[in-house]
Amino acid sequence: MTNPFEYAPAPESRSIVDIKPSYGLFVNGEFTEGHGTSFKTISPATEEVLAEIAEADEADVDAAVKAARKAYEKVWGPMSGRERAKYLYRIARIIQERSRELAVLESIDNGKPIKESRDVDVPTVAAHFFYYAGWADKLAYAGRGTDPRPLGVAGQIIPWNFPLLMLAWKIAPALACGNTVVLKPAETTPLTALLFAEICQQADLPPGVVNIVTGAGATGQALVSHPDVDKVAFTGSTDVGKAIARAVAGTEKRVTLELGGKAANVVFDDAPLDQAVEGIVNGIFFNQGHVCCAGSRLLVQESVADELLAKLKRRMSTLRVGDPLDKNTDIGAINSAEQLAKIRELSEIGEAEGAGRWSPACDLPETGFWFPPTLFTGVSQAHRIAREEIFGPVLSVLTFRTPSEAVEKANNTPYGLSAGVWTEKGSRILSMANQLRAGVVWANTFNKFDPTSPFGGFKESGYGREGGRHGLEAYLK
Amino acid sequence: MSPTNSRVDVRKTYKLYIGGAFPRSESGHSYEVADSLGKFVANAALASRKDARDAVVAARKAQASWAGRTAYNRAQILYRIAEVMEDRRPQFVQATQQSEGLTAAKAEKVVDEAIDRLVWYAGWADKITQVVGNANPVAGPFFNLSTPEPTGVVAVLAPQRSSLLGLVSVVAPVIVTGNTAVVVSSYERPLPAVTFAEVLATSDVPGGVVNLLTGSAATIAPWLAAHMDVNAIDLTGIAGEPALATELEVAAADNLKRVRRAPAVEPDWTLDPGLEPITAFLEIKTVWHPIGI
Amino acid sequence: MSGTSTIPDPGLADATRSEAALRRFLHGLPGVDQVGAEARAAGLGTRSIKTSAKEFALDLAIRMVDLTTLEGQDTPGKVRALASKAMRPDPADPTCPAAAAVCVYPDMVATVKETLGSSGVKVAAVATAFPSGRAALDIKLADTRDAVEAGADEIDMVIDRGAFLAGHYQQVFDEIVAVKQACARADGEDAHLKVIFETGELQTYDNVRRASWLAMMAGADFIKTSTGKVQPAATLPVTLIMLEAVRDFREQTGTMVGVKPAGGIRTAKDAIKYLVMVNEVAGPDWLDPDWFRFGASTLLNDLLMQRTKMTTGRYSGPDYFTLD
Repeated sequence: MTNPFEYAPAPESRSIVDIKPSYGLFVNGEFTEGHGTSFKTISPATEEVLAEIAEADEADVDAAVKAARKAYEKVWGPMSGRERAKYLYRIARIIQERSRELAVLESIDNGKPIKESRDVDVPTVAAHFFYYAGWADKLAYAGRGTDPRPLGVAGQIIPWNFPLLMLAWKIAPALACGNTVVLKPAETTPLTALLFAEICQQADLPPGVVNIVTGAGATGQALVSHPDVDKVAFTGSTDVGKAIARAVAGTEKRVTLELGGKAANVVFDDAPLDQAVEGIVNGIFFNQGHVCCAGSRLLVQESVADELLAKLKRRMSTLRVGDPLDKNTDIGAINSAEQLAKIRELSEIGEAEGAGRWSPACDLPETGFWFPPTLFTGVSQAHRIAREEIFGPVLSVLTFRTPSEAVEKANNTPYGLSAGVWTEKGSRILSMANQLRAGVVWANTFNKFDPTSPFGGFKESGYGREGGRHGLEAYLK
Repeated sequence: MSPTNSRVDVRKTYKLYIGGAFPRSESGHSYEVADSLGKFVANAALASRKDARDAVVAARKAQASWAGRTAYNRAQILYRIAEVMEDRRPQFVQATQQSEGLTAAKAEKVVDEAIDRLVWYAGWADKITQVVGNANPVAGPFFNLSTPEPTGVVAVLAPQRSSLLGLVSVVAPVIVTGNTAVVVSSYERPLPAVTFAEVLATSDVPGGVVNLLTGSAATIAPWLAAHMDVNAIDLTGIAGEPALATELEVAAADNLKRVRRAPAVEPDWTLDPGLEPITAFLEIKTVWHPIGI
Repeated sequence: MSGTSTIPDPGLADATRSEAALRRFLHGLPGVDQVGAEARAAGLGTRSIKTSAKEFALDLAIRMVDLTTLEGQDTPGKVRALASKAMRPDPADPTCPAAAAVCVYPDMVATVKETLGSSGVKVAAVATAFPSGRAALDIKLADTRDAVEAGADEIDMVIDRGAFLAGHYQQVFDEIVAVKQACARADGEDAHLKVIFETGELQTYDNVRRASWLAMMAGADFIKTSTGKVQPAATLPVTLIMLEAVRDFREQTGTMVGVKPAGGIRTAKDAIKYLVMVNEVAGPDWLDPDWFRFGASTLLNDLLMQRTKMTTGRYSGPDYFTLD
C-alpha cells in the first residue's frame, strides 16, 4: 500500500552559501596560495565538484607554524585571559549569526542531513566557543594550580565526520588557554573550516592565532612532526593515532588522541523499549553512523531480543534516506567513495561470515554515495563486523543472557570510547556504568554531547579528554 | 656481623614477587648485588621477559577486584603498608644505606620520607575522585558526572638511584586508585625493593596488585612496553636514556598505552609530588542519565 | 469496529482475569523514559510538511476534527450552529471536507443529531459524569444510555482517575466494560466508545501507557487524552505514548484502536505535527477519521485559513471564517 501522506520535498535553500571556485590556506590572518598542488572537494550527495582546495606542503605548514609561534609569543600568549575571552565570545556570536550558512555548507560538503547540521552540529559549535570563552579568564580556578600556563603552538588534525564541531572541540579550548593553533581539516570536508577562517577575520582575531592548512595525510604528517609544535591534538582513526604516538615518541610534544570505537549498546529486558529503539537508531544512524562513539554493537538480552528487533525494524522503515539538504532527511550521504567502499566491504564480509543482513526498502539516489540503514542479526563476537569499526549505518546485533555476560561482551574489544545501557533498574545502571570500560557511558540515552561534558576514550580509543573542565588539561601545563 | 665472629654467613638469593608469591626467575638467572662500595651483599633474581609476562598476568588478574574494593579499604591497606614499614624501619635503613651509600642519619631520613609518602598517598584513595571528578551542568535534562577510574595494569620502571623513596613514590600513586603494577626495580640497588616486597606480602595487599621484578629495565621494559595487555607505562626509571625512552614510547603506541615520559634526570624525590603521578594513570569516565519522572 | 469479531489474545485474557493479574500485566509493561519520549516527539515535530503534503494534511485534519463545545452555557442555538459548521466548515468552498463529528453534552445530542441529519457527520457525547467522573456507576451508565438513545454515534467517557491512581485497576476496567455495554443498540449499531484518561491528572507517561492498555483490553474503540478541562491537556508526547500503545495492541491482538488527542491543539501547524506522528509511529493505517480524531474547537478555523492560503496563495484573516 502506498502511503497517502508522502512528504513533499522540503529543501533548505543553498543560496545562503557562496562557495568560491578555489580556496587557499589561511595563514597569519590571510588567505594565501600555498606552494603545493591542489585537490577537489566534492558534494558526496551529487558528486559535483564544489571547489579547488590548496594542498599545504611542508613549507606551507612551516609558514603556518611560524605564524602561530609569532602570534603566541607576541600577542596571544601575553594577552590577558579577559581579553582572549572576548575574542572567543565574538566568534561564538558570529557562529550563531551565521548558523544557517554554516549548516548548509556543512551539509553540502559533508553529506549530513541539514536537520543535524542545523540542530546539532552548529548549535553545539557555538556553545563550545561560549563555554571555553568563559574559561579564558578563570584558568586559575580550574584545579590546575594558581598559574597554569599555555603550551604554545598546537597542531590539530580533525576528521570529516563533524568538520566544524571537531574544529570547535580543538580550537576553543586551545585558544582559551592561551595557545595558538594550526589546524588541518579533513581533505573531504575543508569548506566550513575555511569559512571559520573568515569568521576569525570578521572577529578581528589577531593574525596567526588561528591558521588553517588544508591537505591530506602528508600535510598532517608535516604538522605532527614539525619541531616547533608543542602539542598535537588528533581526532580520527586508531591507526593514524598510533602513527602519531610513534611520531612524537621521544619528543616533548604533548598529545591527545580521540580515536575509533566499537561501542556496545546494552539493552536489558526491563528497558524502556520504545526509547531504547530511539537510542539504538540515534546511536548508529545519527550522521550516517560516521561517529566514533556510534553504538555499533547492539547487545540485547535474549529474553527481549525478538520484541526489540521487531520494533527496531519497524522504526528503521521510517528512516528517510536522501538529499542532505531536505529538512526531512534522516540519513544523508556517505562522506566519500572510499568510505562507501569500506562499508560495503565489511557488510559483504558480515554476510559471508553468516550474519543475517537486513535493510528496509529504500530508494537510494542514482548519483552520490549512499548506503541504506542496515542491521546484522546472529552476530557473534568472533565476526569481523562485531570487532572492526565500520563507520557507517550498519548495526551488529548480538544477544546476551546475564548482566555479567553483557559486561564481558561489551568490554571484549580493544576500544573503549563509549557504551550505552538501557534498563529501568537504577542500581543496575550504576553497576553497569562502573563495569563498562569506556570514557562515556550513556544510560537510557545515547549520543549526547555537551561542551561541559568531557569526551574521550579508554584503551585504544585514545587518551585525553575534550570538553568540560577536563578538556583544559590538554592545553595547559 | 662482627668480623671476629667465626660463623659463616648464610648468603641469600632474593627472589621476585609475582602474584603474591616469591618465585625465582623462570630463567634461573640471578645477579650479584653489591653495596655502594662494591662489596657483595646478596644475589638478586634476574627477571626475564617471561617473568614480566607472568607478572602482567598476575597484575591483570588482580586488577578488577583491587579496583572494586572501596576507596576506604585501599586507603587502609596503603596505610597498613606504612605501618609495616615502620615496624621494619631498621631493615629499610640498613638496606638504603647499603644501596645508596648514605650515612645512617640520611638513610633514616629517606626511610621516614618513604613511609610518610605512603601515608600521604593512602589518604588520597578516597579523595582523588572528589578533586579530579565533577558534575557537569549540561544544557538538557540529564544527570552528568565525570569520575576518575584506574587505567588498569601499569608497568612501572622504578628509579635507578632512589631505591626506596623513589620506588615508593612511583608505586603508591599507581595502586592507590585501583591500578595494579608490574614494577621493575633499580638494577643496581634492588634490595630495598625486595624488602618492600616482603612488606607488601605481609600487609594485606592482595597478591598481584604489586609485582616486583628485579633486573634490567633495558632488557625487560621493551617487553612490557610492547605488551598488549599493559595499559600504561611509567618510564621514570630510565631517566637520562632518551634513546631507550623513544624506543619504549614507540612500542607503547601499539596499543596506545598511557606513557609517563622519562625525565632528563631523575627527579628530586623529596619534593611535593603533586597530583600528576596519580592522574597520569586515571581515565575520566562520564556517565549520562536522563532526569525525568 | 465493535470488537466482537476479534479473538482475544490468550495472554491478554489472562491479564484481565483478576485484579492481581491485571496489576501484574500493567506493571509489567515496558517503562517510558520521559526525556527520551519527549525528545522523540520533539524530533517528529521538526518534520517540514510542504505543498502537496500540506494540502493532504490540512484536509485530513479537517476530516478528523471532533468539533466540540462543552460549556454550561451551551444552548440549542449554539450547538445547531456548530453542527452546521461541522457539515460545511468553509461555506465559500464546496471542496472543503466536513468535520468528523460534533461533540457535546448528552442533553444536546438530539438537537445536534437533528441538524446533522444524514450528512455523515457523527454526534459524539461526553458521558459518565464528565469531566470529573465522580458519580456512582449506575448514574454514569444512565448518562451513557441517555446519550445513546438520543442518537449519539460516539460516547466519550472519562475513567475514574481516583480509582486508577489508587491502583484499583479492576474497578476502572469493569467500569469501561459496563459503559461499553451501555453503548449497545438493539439494531446492532452500537455507539463507539472513546475512553478519556485525563492524562494531565495521571501525570506520568508510565500511567498513560498503563491506562491505554487497560482501556484497550476493556474494549475501548478509541483512547482519548483529555477532557479539555484540565491542564495540560493533549500534548505530543502523551499522544506518542498512546499511538505506541495502539500500534503494539494491534501487533499483539490484531485489533485496531483509535486515538484522540483533545484540548490545546489550536493551530494547523500543531495538527500537522500530530499527523506526522500518527504516520510515523502508529503507521499510515491510522491516517483516517475512523482511527484518529482531534478534539478541538478553535483548531478548525486555523485549518481553514491555512487551507485557503494553500488554494489562493495569499494569507487569509479571521473575518473570512465563521465564528461558530
